[in-house]
Amino acid sequence: MKRILPLLILALATASFRPADEPKKSLVPAANVKNLKGEIVNTSAFANDGKPVLVSFWATWCKPCIQELSAWNNVYEDWKKETGVKIIAVSIDDARNASKVAPFINGKRWDFEVYLDENGEFKRAMNVNAVPHSFLIDKDGKIVWMHNSYAPGDEDKLFEVIKQVAAGQPVTH
Amino acid sequence: MNRLYPSIAFTLLAVGILLFHAPETSAQDLGGISGNFQLDAQTYKADSLIGALAVPEKVRSNGFLNLTYSKGNFSAGIRYEMYMKEILGFDPKWGGENGQSGITYRYAKYANEDYELTVGNFYEQFGNGLIFRSYEERGLGLDNAIDGAKVKLTPVPGLQITGLVGKQRTFFTTGPGIVRGGDIDLGLNEFSTNFMNSLLPSNLQVRIGGSLLSKYQANDDPTYNLPENVMAWAARMSIIAGEFSLNGEYAHKCADPSAANGLNFNEGKALFVSASFSTRGLGINLSLKALDNMDFRSDRNAQLTNLTLNYLPAITKQYLYRVNTLYPYATQNNGEIGMQADIFYSFEKGSFLGGQYGTTVTLNYSRVHGLDTVHNIPFTHISDQDTTINNDMFYSSEFLKFGKRKYFEDIGIEISKQWTKHFKTNFGYMNQYFNKSVVQTPGYGVVKANIFVSEFIYSFGSNQALRLELQHLGAKHVAVDDEGNELTDSSGAAIVPQLDGNNGNWAYGLLEYTFAPTWFVSVFDEYNYDNSDPDHRLHYLSGNVIWVKDALIISLGYGRVRGGILCVGGVCRPVPASNGFSISISSTF
Repeated sequence: MKRILPLLILALATASFRPADEPKKSLVPAANVKNLKGEIVNTSAFANDGKPVLVSFWATWCKPCIQELSAWNNVYEDWKKETGVKIIAVSIDDARNASKVAPFINGKRWDFEVYLDENGEFKRAMNVNAVPHSFLIDKDGKIVWMHNSYAPGDEDKLFEVIKQVAAGQPVTH
Repeated sequence: MNRLYPSIAFTLLAVGILLFHAPETSAQDLGGISGNFQLDAQTYKADSLIGALAVPEKVRSNGFLNLTYSKGNFSAGIRYEMYMKEILGFDPKWGGENGQSGITYRYAKYANEDYELTVGNFYEQFGNGLIFRSYEERGLGLDNAIDGAKVKLTPVPGLQITGLVGKQRTFFTTGPGIVRGGDIDLGLNEFSTNFMNSLLPSNLQVRIGGSLLSKYQANDDPTYNLPENVMAWAARMSIIAGEFSLNGEYAHKCADPSAANGLNFNEGKALFVSASFSTRGLGINLSLKALDNMDFRSDRNAQLTNLTLNYLPAITKQYLYRVNTLYPYATQNNGEIGMQADIFYSFEKGSFLGGQYGTTVTLNYSRVHGLDTVHNIPFTHISDQDTTINNDMFYSSEFLKFGKRKYFEDIGIEISKQWTKHFKTNFGYMNQYFNKSVVQTPGYGVVKANIFVSEFIYSFGSNQALRLELQHLGAKHVAVDDEGNELTDSSGAAIVPQLDGNNGNWAYGLLEYTFAPTWFVSVFDEYNYDNSDPDHRLHYLSGNVIWVKDALIISLGYGRVRGGILCVGGVCRPVPASNGFSISISSTF
């Protein structure tokens, strides 16, 4: 281990070096999730015709997640009209609750596009530690904003960010 | 493990050089590094009342860092983990004698539209996981990642074939067994469009799938001729017709005598069926799960949660409230049958009951019984009168029949309503039957609980809110016979089973102030005011301050905390029992 450590440090240091240009944003990584018909969908195909996409990781057992998605659902119509944003709700419910996700979102009258990430493949690819965790993706498929946790009122600031991204401006909020 | 470091270092060096020297044609050609980090540290005060012992290290901490590099179709990643020593509640094998750390996960993957190749560590699930699921739940100390190779092929749209081979992770090493498996998933609608216009009408979706898993472990038992290769298979189907959907999977496991099933030579079987109906405003789901002798591990000597190959979650509701985590049902892998019904309904906005913002009602019923078994040699099974377990090598059981013994039952209703733009409430009532003798420790009887929960959220200003939760659990502890009848003594008085440190009634209160999107301040108390032992009528009082910036969360806490799922600071995670200061840092980048 001792012999290797300097090499490891060097490797990490080199790997993290980047030319000083504008901050680089990562693209949505490719992972397989399922839609509610059971079809396998690749997440790198998440797109919204040049408009922003808001992705939220949630679970049927997570109260703050449900609070967040309910708050978004209340304003979704307005958000869509003003910015064209699309909301994608990725459920991390595993086999215990996965079959309840479709009845759950229908029962709530939520209008989001919903996917199942039963074994956490997409969750891991997006480096999610805890839910709720949301990501905003711009027209080029780049992750331009993210937020972990939910507090009432978060959606107001989020909408400011969505408006900037929809207008092609850099995120300043 | 040490042999890994050179290869990891060289991989990273290669990646680093590539990044450094790659021509700067465009930003995304360089690929990118992303990752996440978490550190949890806790100080410990000896607290004999909650069973918290003196911890010689005073402070303990768990932490990990994931780094993922991706460029086009290629990705690679590593995870560093440390347990200095492990936080109480985790298996002591994590920290070992003097704390442990190291690179426990590394992989390289290439994926395009037609295939995906992974070498190193990976997670995977076949179907519903009845015969195979490798996964991680870092907060609970669960990680049974495979170390080996995996190939996924998508020869035509709608058809996916997966094959894998490897060994399973256990703590800082891998188990002794070799795991081999494959899965086929076929979506008939997508698949048939490769050859003809459409085989099925567009409102009928059919998928079928099958999987096979086999493990090898040398037999070193001096007495028994134990099978070295054990195979399991599963077949599944799902049909979606408009608003209806039906999913089913059946699994079979060959004879697999192990420590977990008492060296039983019976074959294992499992059935999972779920049917649902959902339309805008209403969702109904019914599930049935039966299993017999389905504990499946890559090491026949493994116990607890170690080296499990399959995933058999409880068929009971996972509640959103704290007092509901007092008596959580756990699947009895050696035999049970259960059903669950869930109904989700919302009254439309603007209707009489819906009000301006809508009202949601959730109903739940679940029930789990044992399987009745007939044993070939004299056998006494676990009961409150006689706690002898005399395992034998064969038995017969009635697979799809609810047996005499009830393990769990609950019925619940929750109503969620937003009254104004600023005020929202949630109310719930649940009635539970929890067979503690079966699920936890023989001799502890049955807990019958009535639970009330309430939550009030009031928001003010543009970004501030107060959240109040009040909950109560009323519990009665009874001893029962095999038929579930309550036992009485000769004078007709109810027999009280053994009681542990937590028993009787609980009251819970939480107050949380949030200043979006940055601050959470919360105080909560759980009070076991009716404990049979007056010395254990304890307050579990604790406070938390949490600061959030984008995907960085720093949380400070102090107090006495009961183990279980805890949702404070806008996220939910499992926590062990503790008394002292805690700090947690979590970040995604």
